[in-house]
Amino acid sequence: MASLSSSPPTGFSVSNFFTVSVLVGTLSTAVRFAVPYLLAALGETIGQRSGVLNLGVDGVMLLGGFGAYYAVLETDSHLFGIAVGLAVGLFMGVVYACVTVFLDAEQGISGIGIFLFGLGFSDLLFQELVGTPLPIRPLPRLDQLSAVGAWFEPLVDIDVIGPLLFDHDLLTYLAFALVPAAWWLLTKTTFGMNIRAVGENPQAADSLGVSVARTRFIAILIGNAMAGLAGAALALQLAIFQHNLTNGIGFIAVALVYFGAWRPRWVMAGALLYGIVTATRIRWQSLGIIPQGASDVAAMAPALITILALVLLARRVRGPAALTRPFSRH
Amino acid sequence: MKRLAGASVPLLAALVAFFFGALMIVALGESPISGLTSMIDGAFGTGDRVAATAVRAVPLLLVGVGITVAFRANVINIGGEGQIIAGALLSTVVALAIPDTPKVILLPLVILGGLIGGAIWGAIPGVLKAYASVNEILSTIMLNIVAVQLMNYLLRGPMIDPIEVNGSRIPQTARLSDNAALPTLIDGTRLHLGVPLAVVAAIFIYIVLWRTPMGFRLRAVGHNPDAARAAGISVERNIVKALAISGALSGLAGVTLVFGSESLRLVTDGGSAGFTGSAGFNGIVAALFGGLHPLWTVPSSFLFGSLLTGATELQRELQIPNALAIALNGLIVLFVVSSNKVRSWLDRRLDRSMFSDSPDPTKNMGGESELVAADGVQRE
Repeated sequence: MASLSSSPPTGFSVSNFFTVSVLVGTLSTAVRFAVPYLLAALGETIGQRSGVLNLGVDGVMLLGGFGAYYAVLETDSHLFGIAVGLAVGLFMGVVYACVTVFLDAEQGISGIGIFLFGLGFSDLLFQELVGTPLPIRPLPRLDQLSAVGAWFEPLVDIDVIGPLLFDHDLLTYLAFALVPAAWWLLTKTTFGMNIRAVGENPQAADSLGVSVARTRFIAILIGNAMAGLAGAALALQLAIFQHNLTNGIGFIAVALVYFGAWRPRWVMAGALLYGIVTATRIRWQSLGIIPQGASDVAAMAPALITILALVLLARRVRGPAALTRPFSRH
Repeated sequence: MKRLAGASVPLLAALVAFFFGALMIVALGESPISGLTSMIDGAFGTGDRVAATAVRAVPLLLVGVGITVAFRANVINIGGEGQIIAGALLSTVVALAIPDTPKVILLPLVILGGLIGGAIWGAIPGVLKAYASVNEILSTIMLNIVAVQLMNYLLRGPMIDPIEVNGSRIPQTARLSDNAALPTLIDGTRLHLGVPLAVVAAIFIYIVLWRTPMGFRLRAVGHNPDAARAAGISVERNIVKALAISGALSGLAGVTLVFGSESLRLVTDGGSAGFTGSAGFNGIVAALFGGLHPLWTVPSSFLFGSLLTGATELQRELQIPNALAIALNGLIVLFVVSSNKVRSWLDRRLDRSMFSDSPDPTKNMGGESELVAADGVQRE
């Protein structure tokens, strides 16, 4: 992740770390860091609301990330790369849906299977097709795009708000736009009602004529497509691919769903928390404010905060009642 | 006939996975036959290679046996990676603290340190699950992250090799005391004490699970917590116990990785797989393939150990990345867990439970097949 943070200005000290511009810069980076977490966790939220746990998010992210990276490396088209990431996610979604919905496989374990496959296969493809990590053209921010750049350029120059809100790439806006979209899907649409129904009480939903298998199948497809997109976002933002690029982001995304109590906006808050902690740590480290050792300790913070949150929330917030339970008519 | 059905389904799943593996090798422009022969040669070609395969299988076996304990208590332990690291760290601390102690005392203490380190790292999610209802899948994953960062911190700071402090600052400990090294069993090979130790651990866990009251309680809690509670068994305590035992075995795997290594030191590359070789995850594959039975996990681990050493040879000889082995492991998991439905279909066809010949008192407590219950698949 280190390559994402902009290079530190020289002559910095603790006293002027807390200047507005540095703070804004860190927060702006945090927003970008949050994107892969957010996309993956939102997708997982939709899947879990239908009663299906997918622990394979990390593997799908790696495959989608490699697909997007390789597509950009070959064609130099970011849109094509994003499309490939989505397609890879969709494909893995079909695989996972078949395994969990039609073959009733244990979800915690089959997710580990997806993870290992993604970890190994993305590395295999990378070593065979690319070999050494070749950087790709970084994902442009909106003000750098010829089509809309003219509109965004003046906005970026606004103090504080500019870098925070208008200095991002397309995927960042997409990720945050998907938060209300996911909320709307889950609470305001018939399909969303069906998702929640089959996640809470599949027997009842089934008796009312809702197809549990079809609803879960589509929810898994959405979730995995977003995991693929999350991988694409990570690879394109870092403009690189390497072995185990995600380094566990997909697993954290799964935890964020619990952290966010299966609600898109709280999931977003969790993703932003990870973004902020990561960005702050990297910024501090690059400025030499904290030594490497303290940085390693600080890297534990999000995981510890997540555990703490789970302890506080576990008995207060109830997840989908049928989560991890395969459904079959008896 | 029923034995056949029990063994044939995972074997069939493995065959399908290997078929995919052969497809990948063909896609990479090599002949699957030469791929297979070089893998077999790499894993079993010489006595030394067989020894290397056995050594590769040790962490898989220990983690895998731990997984079976957790699963029998209906707990999913994804925290093998973190528990391996915790065991490795505490045992390394012991070896660094008292390096000059005679081998007969130091080696057992180092092993004990590994067991305790892993047990603590396993007990934490156990306590969180039992007393705070925190999903153990999530807490074990989070503790994996914490363990890696703890290792990075300790190896870059307090535990770093004094030579590295002013040198290139490679995050590793100094070479540990020879008195703590796992002794080599056959000269000229890498076969060390960890191999028989892991097999003994598997047998020991089998006996504990099926021949002791403690094992009975663990499985009773896993099979039907309400019934167990009604019978006066503490569900909470047994959940903690299951995860602590599971963690202790992974911690022992960490000991074998450090004290069975040629360099005899703990090194980090910043991630977890660099040290563990993903044994925390691959052990799950081995356990699953062994039908979540401690004794079947022994040959199963050896098989997956040979897959790993074979893949190394594949890379050396045919330049096929050894990541292929990890991808295959993933496919095998998918096929094995998917075969449950195929298995129950076979069950119905044979009209009897195929695991009825395994000694399992909990069978009398409910109607469903033992393995299905352990998988947590059907809990209506």
